[in-house]
Amino acid sequence: MIETAARHDETDAHYKVPDVAGYAEVPHEEKVRLFEQVKGDFRFGDYLYGCYECGICVAACPSAKFYDFSPRRVAQAAAREDVDLIYQQMQEDIWECSQCFSCLRCPRGNNPGGIITIMREVAVNNGLASAKQALVGYSRIIYKIMSSGTQVSPDMLRSDAFPDWGPETADVADNLDLWRRALPAETMHTTSTGWSVADKTLVELYLIWLETGALDMIADVDSGLHSILLELMEERLEEEGIQL
Amino acid sequence: MTIPIGALRRQKAATEPVTDRRSLEDPRAELLELERQGELIVQKIDREAVTVSTKYGREKRIQKSHLWHHKSCGQCGHIPGYSTSIFWVMRHLGYDYHDPSDQTSCTAWNYYASATSNAAAQAAVAVRNFAAAYESGYFPLIHCGTSYGHYKEVREELIGHPELRAQVRDIMAKLGKPLVLPEEIVHYSEWFHALRDEIAAKQVRDMSGIVVTVHPACHYYKLVEGDAIYDPDIYGGQRTAVVTGLAQALGAEVRNYSTWFDCCGFGFRHILVQRDFTRSFATLRKIEVMKEEANPDVVLTHDTGCVTTLDKSQFAARAHERNVGLAVLSEAQFAALAMGAHPYRVCQLHWHSADYRPLLEKLGIDWEKAWEEFQSDLRRLESGEKRYLDWDDVDA
Repeated sequence: MIETAARHDETDAHYKVPDVAGYAEVPHEEKVRLFEQVKGDFRFGDYLYGCYECGICVAACPSAKFYDFSPRRVAQAAAREDVDLIYQQMQEDIWECSQCFSCLRCPRGNNPGGIITIMREVAVNNGLASAKQALVGYSRIIYKIMSSGTQVSPDMLRSDAFPDWGPETADVADNLDLWRRALPAETMHTTSTGWSVADKTLVELYLIWLETGALDMIADVDSGLHSILLELMEERLEEEGIQL
Repeated sequence: MTIPIGALRRQKAATEPVTDRRSLEDPRAELLELERQGELIVQKIDREAVTVSTKYGREKRIQKSHLWHHKSCGQCGHIPGYSTSIFWVMRHLGYDYHDPSDQTSCTAWNYYASATSNAAAQAAVAVRNFAAAYESGYFPLIHCGTSYGHYKEVREELIGHPELRAQVRDIMAKLGKPLVLPEEIVHYSEWFHALRDEIAAKQVRDMSGIVVTVHPACHYYKLVEGDAIYDPDIYGGQRTAVVTGLAQALGAEVRNYSTWFDCCGFGFRHILVQRDFTRSFATLRKIEVMKEEANPDVVLTHDTGCVTTLDKSQFAARAHERNVGLAVLSEAQFAALAMGAHPYRVCQLHWHSADYRPLLEKLGIDWEKAWEEFQSDLRRLESGEKRYLDWDDVDA
């Protein structure tokens, strides 16, 4: 069991009491369990060495300029093993991170963005409310990358999906097939994937998602999408005569 | 609250001796040692190479030809002139390459956006692609900055964690592939930097009147920072040399601006589902600052997400009468234009949102005539004369 600091109260400037925080409070033991998963990731020891409290990571952080977000607070909470604050961050802060890794400028050698990557994985794996909320509107992208092996396909460029990208987006959508056929590289004539991905390669990719448990990570946060992808992959592997 | 002194002391004792694994001093040497121990295979550079210097002085070799193009899903998906320009420049310098279909995305855009994957899956995806390159005999060249940065992360993890190596080796065995990593992980912008003098030697358009600002991609030089190219003759060796070195070699004037180190605002998940942040950051911290401080003709960058963000974020900002309106190109497209590439057939600028036409006019390119030429190509496709255009067509 992790030895932790005393519980927070409403006098702590960095800690929101549950009725302000906007998510359900859970027993202290549950917070400890979640942090043990974060700390148990093999990368955790490579990402956290301590904190000088210099704030260089905050100065470099784009998200800190627009959100109530601080990579320093994340690194410090992890170093203190402050499970209350870490749980709060997993329910709120982590999804504000831009994952640009500007915070790697840390003179102590920390990787706050990497710690957040792990915290996000734990949030997804455990079906936390923040993960479900963060992934609203994101299902199609997960479907695309897991099923096709390329993430951003030309047919995703529609003016209803990207109205703020200007009229050129509608031009692309209106002329998609023709403009793709005008590309000289043979692999790029596709419209539903970035390039032509070989069938055998897709089978190999499906095996990776299934063997590493990556597909099962979305079982709690998006059970419908999980079922669709699982069926698609199992059918394809069965056609190939591959048993898991 | 009380400070948990005991826990902190135990943690310090446990973490203090650990090597800083954000950026290994010489990953190549560590890979070769693991190969000697039979842990993995290292794909060697086996053609002529250019030697460049990295941030802390380690020499890195950039193979010139016989390259396996690890394409970018974002570039191919919605900035196709980016990938096309990389291929076109390589073809016009006479270097052979392979454009594979047994390649997947690195899947890191999704990983950094949604965390719906894990370290083992990400490493297996990377190694599967490296194995495909190895099997082909061509050396991998990575188009996307995020793929490049993420693969370097994966390399550090595989070097430092035997249990991950074992897991990935086991998965690769089920795919009938070896655990293989290339001797160097190379980004296409490093190839352009290394060959910038050869590119300049083929230059047919004068860039001397063009003012450029450079946006360096975070995942190129912040992730596993020690592996990025630095040159004492460019920014005094204090900033990464790629993109800037090429622009200068082509004769353009590169101007500084105060938010050079800021990211573009892409955010991975933000660009897709929380774009208010992306638009705000891209315009307020990058485009407007560039315009106010440097007033460039074009911003050049070297990553999928950066081109997307800086290009697409300007349209909505115009409605708020912000100081935007700046062409955004990859330096690959810029180099292709310098070498005489067609703005639509090769650089595919009609896929861009920010107005690039003033740049073309300053370069002496009649974009209306060029657009009509491209329209005639499309009519050939529509009439059924051809199903697809090919490389001969784009150089017609």
